[in-house]
Amino acid sequence: MRVTVKLFATFRDGRFKVEEKNLSEDSRVLDILQLLNISPEEVAICLVNGKDVKEQHLLKDGDTIALFPPVGGG
Amino acid sequence: MGGYTGKILRINLTEGKTSTEPLNMELAKKYLGGRGLAGKMFADEVASDVDALSPGNKLFIASGVLTGTNAPTPSRYMVVTKSPLNGVIASSNSGGYWGAELKFAGYDMLVLEGKSDHPVYISIKDGQVEIKDAGKVWGKDVYETTDALKQEFGDDKAKVLAIGPAGENLSLMAAIVNDLYRAAGRTGVGAVMGSKNLKGIVVRGTGKVENANPDQMKEVVANSLRKIRENGVTGQGLPTYGSAVLVNIINETGVYPVNNFQGSYDPEADLISGETLTEKYLLKKHPCYRCPIACGRYSKWDGKEGAGPEYETAWVFGSDCGIHDFDAIHEANDLCNKLGLDTISVGGTIAAGMELVQRGYIKPEELDGTPLEFGNAKGMVEWVRKIAYVEGLGAKMAMGSYNLAESYGAPELSMSVKKQELPAYDPRGIQGQALSYATSNRGGCHVRGYMISPEILGLPEKLDRNSLEGKATWTKIFQDLTAVIDAVGLCLFSSFALGLTDYTALVNAVTGFNYTDEELLACGERIWNIERLHNLKVGYSAADDTLPKRLLNDPIPSGPSKGQMHNLPELLVQYYAERGWDKAGVPTPERLNMLGI
Repeated sequence: MRVTVKLFATFRDGRFKVEEKNLSEDSRVLDILQLLNISPEEVAICLVNGKDVKEQHLLKDGDTIALFPPVGGG
Repeated sequence: MGGYTGKILRINLTEGKTSTEPLNMELAKKYLGGRGLAGKMFADEVASDVDALSPGNKLFIASGVLTGTNAPTPSRYMVVTKSPLNGVIASSNSGGYWGAELKFAGYDMLVLEGKSDHPVYISIKDGQVEIKDAGKVWGKDVYETTDALKQEFGDDKAKVLAIGPAGENLSLMAAIVNDLYRAAGRTGVGAVMGSKNLKGIVVRGTGKVENANPDQMKEVVANSLRKIRENGVTGQGLPTYGSAVLVNIINETGVYPVNNFQGSYDPEADLISGETLTEKYLLKKHPCYRCPIACGRYSKWDGKEGAGPEYETAWVFGSDCGIHDFDAIHEANDLCNKLGLDTISVGGTIAAGMELVQRGYIKPEELDGTPLEFGNAKGMVEWVRKIAYVEGLGAKMAMGSYNLAESYGAPELSMSVKKQELPAYDPRGIQGQALSYATSNRGGCHVRGYMISPEILGLPEKLDRNSLEGKATWTKIFQDLTAVIDAVGLCLFSSFALGLTDYTALVNAVTGFNYTDEELLACGERIWNIERLHNLKVGYSAADDTLPKRLLNDPIPSGPSKGQMHNLPELLVQYYAERGWDKAGVPTPERLNMLGI
């Protein structure tokens, strides 16, 4: 399946802003983190199609995953 | 006693007289300082039916008990007055250096009364206070005024607070700007200053703020600083990217207003994000007094230099106006600082103007050739200038989006609560923030109970943004705690890392008092209730605890949060009960008695 991965803030350093990834069926958010060498503890916000999810969340074809380290403002 | 200087400076501009009076410590213990103590004195001294722009209104400029101390983020001062925009108790705060300098000069608070018969400014050099002629700077912008007043004062270390042409022209969106780039922006406080013919206040102090328990203070400050350093948001996110780092988070969540809240997702938002700001525009950080976070930005754009935009500003002149030209956003932000305008209100009003044009309410012949359409960056920048100088349609726009839209018979196109423009979060997808918007004591506002923190950022813990569970309780606690932070003179951003216990420890260490956490939070609740009582007196009711029609009636139309909707009616019932108010949103005598009001 194909998913879109969007990275923000320091996660972009040495990686990318947005990329399409081909994943095997039954892939989870955790598989993407491993692929990108990001540990789950570094992730403050993980959105799949705008919804908050945990790293065990099961992905499906066409999903958009957005990953953020701890950031805030106002 | 530490923390307080113990002195209030009162200036009657009608009579040209100044006097000092002792701080009422009994009141200070109950209302702390800043927004609290000034709010209480405002409520006691100013009749609720006073015309906000008449000499009878007073302007309270108050530091907090921790302003100018070595507590983390001790820069804030608060302006309290009756708002000329909507009649509520206006309180608008700012960082920078001016607030701390006022303490060093020996004053906890300034009370400005009456109206001068000619333009003046106030010069404060420790205990020496003078009212001086401002004829030479009246009509000048904030930057020119700051330079001129500093030069006349003869000390480069002096700090200047001033209004620009917008305040002189009584725009209801006029700000009071200090240290060039920091502003008490919201609720039209700059117009009140302008109505008094007061152009600026220069202050230089050589004293220091005493600590009642220096050893204890050292320990609690070290502890707080460590928490701020180790927190991902205050230790890394904000210092690296500034507050505009929120653009992508809020957008990806699908609660990022676009084109005057006609949409809630912007596929091009990254062009105006904190990441882009850092990569392409940032020259250096621009911290406030003794701030370990340093979220302030100093940027370069289009051959110029100055303060970089905050999140709200990047959004409002950006996506909310359909614009992705970051140079133009920098320019509009700079113009607001220079001309003395609030960015959120001005951008929201321009966005409302764009929709009024889109829907045919504003006719092309009213525009004098200046485009007012979503996506037109050049036109947007020019409208900021026209608003400050009340030129053409700019005069109508200077009265804010509600008055503008209402004059065309379409008040529902103003995205405001109690006539003040909403900030950069679509409340339909964030239940607690919807409640916070509706019940904010100063109208549309995000910093009276920032529910974005738990509902989106997960601080101090993650709440489901679409659930109602616990939201009334959380909102009340956030509102009361924010009132405490605003009353002690610290920056709200410290609360990403610090909690009530930390604030209690800091206040106790500096003052020598022995507040419990509950007692300190009760000060916040007391502040919230006196503000509510003023607003009820001027005619607001539960019916005004609401949202603009579009957000009230229609679900989010598109994007990741498509279909989401607030449940404000249910939350309001829970909230009034939580606050000990009756069903009409009026504080009960029992609750007021309990709070000692």
